[in-house]
Amino acid sequence: MSALKRIAAITLKELKQLSRDRVTFGMVVMIPLIQLLLFGYAVNTVVRDIPIAIVDLSGSAAARNITEQVRVTQVVKIIARYNTPQEAEEAIVAGKVRAALLFPDNLPQRAASGDPVGQWMVDGSDTMVSSAILTLRNMPLQLVAGAQSGAYKATKPSFEVALFFNPERRSEVNIVPGLTAIILTMTMILFTSIALVRERERGNIELLITTPISPLELMVGKLVPYVFVGIVQVAIILGLGRLVFGVPFVGSLLSLALISMPFIGASLTLGLLISTVAKTQMQAMQLTFFILLPSILLSGFAFPYEAMPLPAQYVAEVLPATHYVRLIRGVILRGAEASQLLPDITWLLGFTVVVLGIATKRFNKTLD
Amino acid sequence: MSDLAIRARGLSRHFGDLIAVNKIDLEIPGGQIYGFLGPNGSGKTTLIRTLCGLLTPTTGEINVLGLKIPAQAEALRRRIGYMTQKFSLYDDLSVEENMQFMARIYGLDKHQARQRIEELLDRYALTPMRQRMAAAMSGGQRQRLALAVATLHSPALLFLDEPTSAVDPENRREFWEKLFDLSDAGTTVLVSTHYMDEAERCHQLAILETGHLRTHGTPAALMAELDTRVVEISGNNLRQVKERALQLPQVQSAAQQGLQLRILLRGASPDATQELGAKLGDNTLTIKTARPSLEDVFVASTHGEINA
Repeated sequence: MSALKRIAAITLKELKQLSRDRVTFGMVVMIPLIQLLLFGYAVNTVVRDIPIAIVDLSGSAAARNITEQVRVTQVVKIIARYNTPQEAEEAIVAGKVRAALLFPDNLPQRAASGDPVGQWMVDGSDTMVSSAILTLRNMPLQLVAGAQSGAYKATKPSFEVALFFNPERRSEVNIVPGLTAIILTMTMILFTSIALVRERERGNIELLITTPISPLELMVGKLVPYVFVGIVQVAIILGLGRLVFGVPFVGSLLSLALISMPFIGASLTLGLLISTVAKTQMQAMQLTFFILLPSILLSGFAFPYEAMPLPAQYVAEVLPATHYVRLIRGVILRGAEASQLLPDITWLLGFTVVVLGIATKRFNKTLD
Repeated sequence: MSDLAIRARGLSRHFGDLIAVNKIDLEIPGGQIYGFLGPNGSGKTTLIRTLCGLLTPTTGEINVLGLKIPAQAEALRRRIGYMTQKFSLYDDLSVEENMQFMARIYGLDKHQARQRIEELLDRYALTPMRQRMAAAMSGGQRQRLALAVATLHSPALLFLDEPTSAVDPENRREFWEKLFDLSDAGTTVLVSTHYMDEAERCHQLAILETGHLRTHGTPAALMAELDTRVVEISGNNLRQVKERALQLPQVQSAAQQGLQLRILLRGASPDATQELGAKLGDNTLTIKTARPSLEDVFVASTHGEINA
């Protein structure tokens, strides 16, 4: 009986403490809520509206006809037209489109003899996206207006497919670079979010704010060591990825550095911002988790960005990880140069500056 | 130094409905050790934090070392040292590393810093433990380290918030010796405490209670004001005598101290002992006036009790 009483005493105390820790209490509700919505929205392996380009060398009515039939499948969304295959390839490397459909100049003859009528140039760095396009390979085509559907019967597939960057469609190749984004998101945010909260918990802050140090000096000083931690982690993940999983490294180290620094910066400042909100290390960890979860699900790491509904895509655009997943796949797998990836890099730099500003402003040198 | 180090007028600080510091006027001369004596929750820490610009006053004017606070708080930070109530240096840094860190924060150049650190290690007897982690130090050692760090940049004004609460009496004595050395060298020291013996060492003293400044002056003057108001009674059944004494209008407080009952009277009167004897009506009691102590001053000027 007294054992029950003591258990009840502990339970009651825990409940009281839990209800007073607002962040934790909020997490009790928010985590299942957000997780459910994220999974429900994001976990969608039926990919639609993949951005592609058309390269029509034939200029024929047949090409326009086939383009229209491809478009209505809704698997792809035509967002660009190029005149040469080279331009299309560059667009794929830069990540502007995921694939390009090329119609050769001898399209009418090919159609007549039942050969494949076009070639898909596909970015294989995201295996789910390339799978979706591969389903179009054998799609029945109607080449003559008014003819019966499926009248064009190729003994061969309708299209030829050239898979770039990951021809064997190995998922490790897709996963490992993306994993860099996830691991960095986790460690960078966690380290910095705890760093400032720990000083507050231990009372160090009360002394620091009586010294001439400025909030910005304190913030930047706190970030710098973790930049090196981030660089070491990138090296470990990609090095092991190459040694153990045979993930190719097509791009340049310079580009890798140029895309990684803004991302490390953005994640670290996000951590700092959390540390100006969180009162305890426990809260800092929970808030980190709160950022990490959508970073895993929505960034394009686990599920293709294109497969997500619009609201989820908006959320994804805010997260630094989304931009880095694009960037690092571009550099590592497609050999993109940093200069081809400027929009995402600019976004990360802007994010870093803005969030650092907010965090600095929130960190007051008074105890008011 | 006869200049005022700190001047405050009508200083108040509210936290919501709570008035932690209530319309305090303060004049603290330079080069002295000035004490804030008060129980926990009397507003000592809030007052110190407001004076050094960590808290914005709700009302009132503050002038510290000729600077308007909080407007010029940033300029003040270079000229003050602050020792927090809780040890606030880094547990996982050694004595020397903590000092080097703070020297860099205060912008001491390399040569200057090395010289100053050696000097302070020596002065505060920290040289043998310079490599020791702060976490592994005793309360007294940590206190010396905190004081060494607070004086690293040779501040003109030192704020010490209950510096000796985690220190044994022996180390407290030594600590105070160091404070007098600093004061002798011209540093103004502002120290808060809830220990009577510490308060008595200060050049001047302000007694705080629930945010009000009750009285201030030198300890000797404060005690002299209580002349003939403190009476000691010895005899039997002191518990009952105390109950009866507290019923009398002229008795402000009564407290038993060992075999004696110490009574504080409301007003000074040369015939205090006779009057009290007549009122108590017990011939077996011995009643005589006693030399006032600082605790009497505290009880006389406040209504509460010190909880130290």
